[in-house]
Amino acid sequence: MAEKPRLRVPSEAKKGDIIQIKTLISHVMETGFRKDESGKPIPREIINSFVCTFNGHEVFRADLEPAISANPYFEFTVKVEDSGTFAFAWVDDNGTVTTAEQGITVS
Amino acid sequence: MPSLTRRSALLLGAGITLTLVAVDDSVATPAEADAEIAKFIGAKAAEGGKITIDLPEIAENGNTVPLAIKVDSPMTADDYVSEIRVIGDANPNPGIVKFHLTPMSGRAEAATRIRLGGTGTVTVLAKTSTGKLYADRKVVKVTVGGCGG
Repeated sequence: MAEKPRLRVPSEAKKGDIIQIKTLISHVMETGFRKDESGKPIPREIINSFVCTFNGHEVFRADLEPAISANPYFEFTVKVEDSGTFAFAWVDDNGTVTTAEQGITVS
Repeated sequence: MPSLTRRSALLLGAGITLTLVAVDDSVATPAEADAEIAKFIGAKAAEGGKITIDLPEIAENGNTVPLAIKVDSPMTADDYVSEIRVIGDANPNPGIVKFHLTPMSGRAEAATRIRLGGTGTVTVLAKTSTGKLYADRKVVKVTVGGCGG
């Protein structure tokens, strides 16, 4: 998971607005069901968890299974009442964590 | 030709039979999908009509099928959708994803892209903070499956 994840988060909003967030991360999401040319199964290796917090509070979480497509993409909404920071984390089967952050000004 | 003892012949016969009977575990059975559904909602009845499932009728590429879910809910601190579970009956494992929402979600919506192994039914289940259960399903025709080799 070396590439930076891509985020679409509005930079501003009005208090009480429900904003939409889109996230995309590069990952092959190897299912564990494929076989290589010699017939040997290719081991599973996926991102299994995605979490979004706002000012430290969890707002959205996804438990991923191999049936999530490669380059996991998520869209979800958040009702914003205050300015602050969104923090995103993706965890893979090896326990590697990739993080990203984006602030929002709410007036 | 050396003569086979009766026991050897039986063992040989058994060996051939065993290799011919290959278990196809590449697709979950509807029973496995139902078991996965039962894991989420238990034995309780789930209400239909509260979940809008946006999925193509025909998916050209089972490797990436766009899925958008909307659940009818006030999403207040006292009454909000806490979990959304997606299950498919044409995949090696029926479980696809589980979303966890909070009152801060504002709306009970989530979208992603999923893999479907073949034509089948996608079931979406939802749980609310007040203990309500919702279920809806949609059939997707998949022309090229996307789960295995």
